[in-house]
Amino acid sequence: MVHFTNPEADVDRFRFRLGVAAICVLLAFGILFGRFFWLQIIQHDFYLTRAEDNRIALIPIVPNRGVITDRNGVVMAHNYSAFTLEITPSQTASVEETIDALAELIDIQAKDRKRFKRLLDEAKNFESIPIRTRLTDTEVAKFAAHRYRFPGVEVKARLFRQYPLGTIASHAVGYIGRITDRDLKWIEDSEKQGNYKGTDHVGKTGLEQHYEFELHGETGYEEVEIDSGGRALRSLKRIPPVPGNNLTLTLDAKLQEITEQAFGDRKGALVAIDPTTGGILALVSTPTYDPNLFVDGITPDNWKELNEHPSRPMVNRAINGAYPPGSTFKPFMALAALEMGKRTPHQAISDPGFFTFGNHTFRDDKKGGHGMVDMYKSIVESCDTYYYVLANDMGIDNISRFMGSLGLGQRTGVDLGKDDSGESKGVLPSPEWKKQRFKKQEQQKWYAGETISIGIGQGYNAYTPIQLAQATATIANNGVMFRPHLVRHIIETGTGEKRQVEPKPIRDLQWKQSNIDVIRRAMVGVNKEGTGARAFAGAPYEAAGKTGTAQVYSLKGGQYKESSTRKDLRDHALFIAYAPADKPKIALAVLVENGGFGAQSAAPIARMVIDYYLLGKLPGGAAPEDSAAVEEEHEE
Amino acid sequence: MIDIVGTLRRGGRELIAHIDFPLLLITLAIMGVGLATVNSATWDSSHRMVSQAGNMGIAMVVMWFVSRLPPQKLMNFAIPLYVIGLVLLACVFLFGIKVNGARRWLPLGFVRIQPAEIMKIAMPLMLAWYFHKYEAVLKMKHYAIASLLLLVPFAMIAKQPDLGTALLVGAVGFYVIFFAGLPWKVIIGLIVAGAAAAPLLWHALHDYQQKRILTLIDPTTDPLGTGYHIIQSIIAIGSGGSFGKGYLNGTQTHLEFIPEKHTDFIFAVYSEEWGLLGNALLLFLYTLLIGRGLMIASGAPTLFSRLLAGAITLGFFTYAFINMGMVSGILPVVGVPLPFMSYGGTALVTLFVGIGVLMSIQTHRMLVKK
Repeated sequence: MVHFTNPEADVDRFRFRLGVAAICVLLAFGILFGRFFWLQIIQHDFYLTRAEDNRIALIPIVPNRGVITDRNGVVMAHNYSAFTLEITPSQTASVEETIDALAELIDIQAKDRKRFKRLLDEAKNFESIPIRTRLTDTEVAKFAAHRYRFPGVEVKARLFRQYPLGTIASHAVGYIGRITDRDLKWIEDSEKQGNYKGTDHVGKTGLEQHYEFELHGETGYEEVEIDSGGRALRSLKRIPPVPGNNLTLTLDAKLQEITEQAFGDRKGALVAIDPTTGGILALVSTPTYDPNLFVDGITPDNWKELNEHPSRPMVNRAINGAYPPGSTFKPFMALAALEMGKRTPHQAISDPGFFTFGNHTFRDDKKGGHGMVDMYKSIVESCDTYYYVLANDMGIDNISRFMGSLGLGQRTGVDLGKDDSGESKGVLPSPEWKKQRFKKQEQQKWYAGETISIGIGQGYNAYTPIQLAQATATIANNGVMFRPHLVRHIIETGTGEKRQVEPKPIRDLQWKQSNIDVIRRAMVGVNKEGTGARAFAGAPYEAAGKTGTAQVYSLKGGQYKESSTRKDLRDHALFIAYAPADKPKIALAVLVENGGFGAQSAAPIARMVIDYYLLGKLPGGAAPEDSAAVEEEHEE
Repeated sequence: MIDIVGTLRRGGRELIAHIDFPLLLITLAIMGVGLATVNSATWDSSHRMVSQAGNMGIAMVVMWFVSRLPPQKLMNFAIPLYVIGLVLLACVFLFGIKVNGARRWLPLGFVRIQPAEIMKIAMPLMLAWYFHKYEAVLKMKHYAIASLLLLVPFAMIAKQPDLGTALLVGAVGFYVIFFAGLPWKVIIGLIVAGAAAAPLLWHALHDYQQKRILTLIDPTTDPLGTGYHIIQSIIAIGSGGSFGKGYLNGTQTHLEFIPEKHTDFIFAVYSEEWGLLGNALLLFLYTLLIGRGLMIASGAPTLFSRLLAGAITLGFFTYAFINMGMVSGILPVVGVPLPFMSYGGTALVTLFVGIGVLMSIQTHRMLVKK
């Protein structure tokens, strides 16, 4: 290309190119402006939210857990403030070095480090995490003197759960522990996860679990401005937490204590109910455990010991143990017969000491029989033959219908544990039950012979002590039935308002008063002249009762000899009672595992409990085993 | 007395004789905004406003000196400056200090210098001088040689690696060639060839440079790594809204979410606190600056001064566009400061040398015509 440079043309070309450049500049700036418009106008809300999310951290403030007191105001579960040593990781250069340096000053054990590590994994870095809990005053003072050496470390007051009564009523109160994945699922299913931010403990069993969402309270929040490093700069807003609601129990802590002492070192359960309300006065399962062990995270050794101990202290026998009711079943059978018109009170049978059905002989405990036996005598003397015949006459359907109406073989819905997971159903035998229980067809059929041992509370019968207590309370209360419950009212912390938990009866069985009176007279007779007479000798009140013995070891034709049987194969002793008979204030069911006969070990416990509850009489220690009663029951 | 006043007046007039006031006022306005923003960006920690004001003072003294050098004198600097620049770049290769994986600094006794910075001025000066020298006989080969003069330092800078500076130097050099009349068909050919060579270029890039480009396309792929800076600065801009959060009230800024907030990302700080309105004002000021520069270029009497003025002006534009583009997430993060806004003495001095050159061209134009 040949070209003479023409200055004028060159300048024009240059200016044209300048123009092109200017247009490009304007175009580029236009694109930038478009981008700004998009970000700052159209997407503004989105980015504003993002900026706020960046800037603000919500730090939950965990509410104080509700306090549990007994009917008289005795504290059974409360919180106490203790000093903890806490580290905020984001304000510490090296967490490891800090802990090592702290360990020279304050006792920090391997388990503390372990817990800290676990918490560190879960926590956000602006939260402070405890490295040591329950500092002593000396330790607090020691740290205070060296505080300048430890940026990001501080002593904080935290609340801890405490059960001042220790092992007493632990099966009723339950305990709290660290939230596990399973607990988390429960909380999420209940759509409470928002309220549990920052909470690290949850009710694990008993009342603590059942009333978890009452006791917990509402979590408060502190809105804190944080920088990009997660350091909290200032508080923007604080919504205080609402403490959990307090529970006032129907339980009498002193009665509970006396009852537990009465058991001594025997395994068993007792449920005492106010029959007019269904309020549980005492709920005992022995042996017990100390719930305080769980609060700060139970040590593996303790956990192992509690779970692997042969006497199974963690099992709540009162609601989880299902036992054959033995002869305590008889008053209910008798009432069923009266209500269904299968017997009149005075209708008597002649008892030869056995009952033959088909080619099987059902024996009575008393050799040679009780002679002529009417309903009164059948209960007072606990005559088996009477009930063999009666059961055969009534048939299994009638029996199971009546017992079902008394709540036997069903969960009572007592306010313990989560939903009904903590409570056993027991077994109310019926042809339908058998069909469901057994897989093989030949096992599913109900044999008429099976009905006969049902009549004396043996066979497939298996009920929890709380079911027996509820049934006894229902008889005591003339057929008006309440759901057994431990909480009398919930006190709203905000308003102080008392919310009654169970004010209404769940059903009125509408028995004939004359029928109930027959049973009452007979049960009073038990404690006056029958199997309970020795235990209730000299009682200044009239108590209705019935002894029972549940077979652990099936006797294959042999004679049961208490002395020759290993202790853990001895029969379970049972006793049901209510008093005063004319105006019942307390109804109860006692079970002593391997206690032998009911009169021998269960009835004396019942006597102590009723004596204290009605008379305020304080016993000293465990109830005696009445060896004389053994002889007497052998006579049955 | 009268004489003294007259002398002083004359002396004063002489002092400001080579100052272009429109250009001065525009740069002062942008610097005012910049100073206030540096103050906000360093409010919680380093308090850099006073030190930046000092940088500005020094830079303006440099500008004053440069503005007094007539373009003919400036031409004399072209070859020495370019050669020194090249030598220093080579020295960087041999003796440079590695900072953050890039060899950009050359230690000279007690100071460290970035030779690439010199090239920002030396490059347009050299090419403008070259085209000026062959003005009368300009042929295609001159464009080729000019391209070579451009590509050697460009490659050396890019290899350090300092992609931001390389891009700027490359752009400024290209503007000279463009204004010198590089045929359109060559330009279009280059664009097509560039597009075709893009995959090859891609492989020539360092891993971190590739990553930056990838995260630009989708910053959320690496929200805590390379995407973090872009995401946080976009949040800052977006959350500023129409009128901003108010001076010193930018939460992204003051809670340390914006990286490099007083240097490369200062625009995010400004944008968060002043909103779209503030951005429009800033774009307007830059448009005025570029407009004034293009006017000076348009009125320049010689090819040398025309090319130099045009290239320097578009250089300012390139700085501003790349910086705002990367901070707002439409260009990759390449480490380019925002002209007259970002904190930093070296960059300011370079910028004001450019302003000084423009002023010199503008104020010496009549003398040339005479």
